[in-house]
Amino acid sequence: MALLHTVNKSPFERNSLSDCLRRAKNGSAVLLIEDGVYGALQGTSASDEISSRDGSIKLYALGPDVDARGLSEKPLIDGLELIDYAGFVDLVEEYSSVQSWL
Amino acid sequence: MEEDFDTAGVKKKFMFVNSKAPYGTIYALEVLEMIMISAAFEQHAVIAFIDDGVFQIKKDQETSGVNMKNFSPTYRALEGYEVEKVYAEKESLEARGLSEEDLVIPVEILSAAEISELMDTQDMIVSF
Repeated sequence: MALLHTVNKSPFERNSLSDCLRRAKNGSAVLLIEDGVYGALQGTSASDEISSRDGSIKLYALGPDVDARGLSEKPLIDGLELIDYAGFVDLVEEYSSVQSWL
Repeated sequence: MEEDFDTAGVKKKFMFVNSKAPYGTIYALEVLEMIMISAAFEQHAVIAFIDDGVFQIKKDQETSGVNMKNFSPTYRALEGYEVEKVYAEKESLEARGLSEEDLVIPVEILSAAEISELMDTQDMIVSF
């Protein structure tokens, strides 16, 4: 039983990402979507917190949301994997349940 | 009784303060509309990007994958709309790992304290 957590808010505006990371168990997955993808950026005031979980949880970001926000050329968190919409569906199928942090 | 407001020729100093990321909410696009309208009424306008608002002018936005309109090129047209000056806040850029080279338009970078000073000199501040 491992959860797929989704975060759709910017970590600079809301605490959703912190709230999620504090509760995501090792072995679970965190997928950043919509404004949540700003949390995928490396070298920001928010990046240490998410980076520290690399290896214990799987980190994903939705590619189309990354591209829309102009982040495709920026360095992203180590270990974070970009996925497309089909990959999103695969993750939903793979994990036992989805927890959305809004 | 009908009052007659004679506003012809009245020119005020407007400051538009953008503090939201571009696609998660409608605020960024709506402020852009307001800037265009203020220009139509020949008002004096400056624009500031602070907090997540600095993401509005991030270059390389490519929105075809999310079926939304990429309105970032519109910021390049602001010069033609009598927008006097565009500012971005230093602390906001730094916290987000951004620099001037990441932006779609040239801006003047101000500290948070300088943004505050600028706010003090306006007739009207529109902030979203």
